[in-house]
Amino acid sequence: MDVVAGEHEIKNVQKGGEDTSVEIKVLFFARARDLTGLADMPLVVSSGSTANDCLDKLISRFPTLEEIRGCMVMALNEEYTDESAIVKDRDELAIIPPISGG
Amino acid sequence: MANEGKNLIEILEENNPIDISKYMNYVHSQQCGAIATFSGTTRDAFQGKTVVELRYEAYVPMAVRCIESICSFARSSWSLNAIAVAHRLGPVPVGETSVLIVISAVHRADALDACKYVIDEIKASVPIWKKEVYANGEVWKENSEFLERRGELKKGCCGMKMFDDQDLGFFANFLVCSCTGIVMPSLLSSL
Repeated sequence: MDVVAGEHEIKNVQKGGEDTSVEIKVLFFARARDLTGLADMPLVVSSGSTANDCLDKLISRFPTLEEIRGCMVMALNEEYTDESAIVKDRDELAIIPPISGG
Repeated sequence: MANEGKNLIEILEENNPIDISKYMNYVHSQQCGAIATFSGTTRDAFQGKTVVELRYEAYVPMAVRCIESICSFARSSWSLNAIAVAHRLGPVPVGETSVLIVISAVHRADALDACKYVIDEIKASVPIWKKEVYANGEVWKENSEFLERRGELKKGCCGMKMFDDQDLGFFANFLVCSCTGIVMPSLLSSL
């Protein structure tokens, strides 16, 4: 009986378990790449995180990114994004320091 | 004017100079009375410092998307035939062209105005960066046009649509963001 109960419990955990995290790809350009030393990296955040949450996590990992927080923007899947946008699994988040094309 | 049309957008890999004749030929049409061009070239000095070269990089897929969007907005504002935009990556020595815009239209006002609009928008919103290289250092440049536009970009704005508001009794150009409806005076406004 105990074994059956144990199995039941395990099954409940397996069914009830959901992915509580998502993995995105972060791209760093220009000065952002200089500050982090990386062109890109994977980032795991909890499900429902916003672009701003991702940025907070990146800055905690790379404190010097704070230098450009006030002048940068972000893009999600190749489009400029509001900071409150929720990131999904396999999204691509780009850290865009002030641009200077042309 | 339909948004669809003949557009050629090229982000050129390092050490590929821009061949102006290629883009002139692309836009040329016997229906058109005008071809307007803008060529951005590397200057030899900035604030008294001698510039050795500019070095460009880009978020290429997004840059192409942004430029396509700019072309669409241009077509919705002016009667245009063909648009060609080329931007180099990598080092661009002094005197060489880093960005080229070529636009053909039946009438010159459309071609000229659209040409100015496209370069102004590229400077405000396309994810391309340049580093200015001096003899004794280098610095990432920042376009003032971007800093002015940043508020809208942070709201997820993709670009700006331009229209004339002559109902106000004076000739003024306003930019209306098609995403957020934000209205702001255009950098192109004239009295």
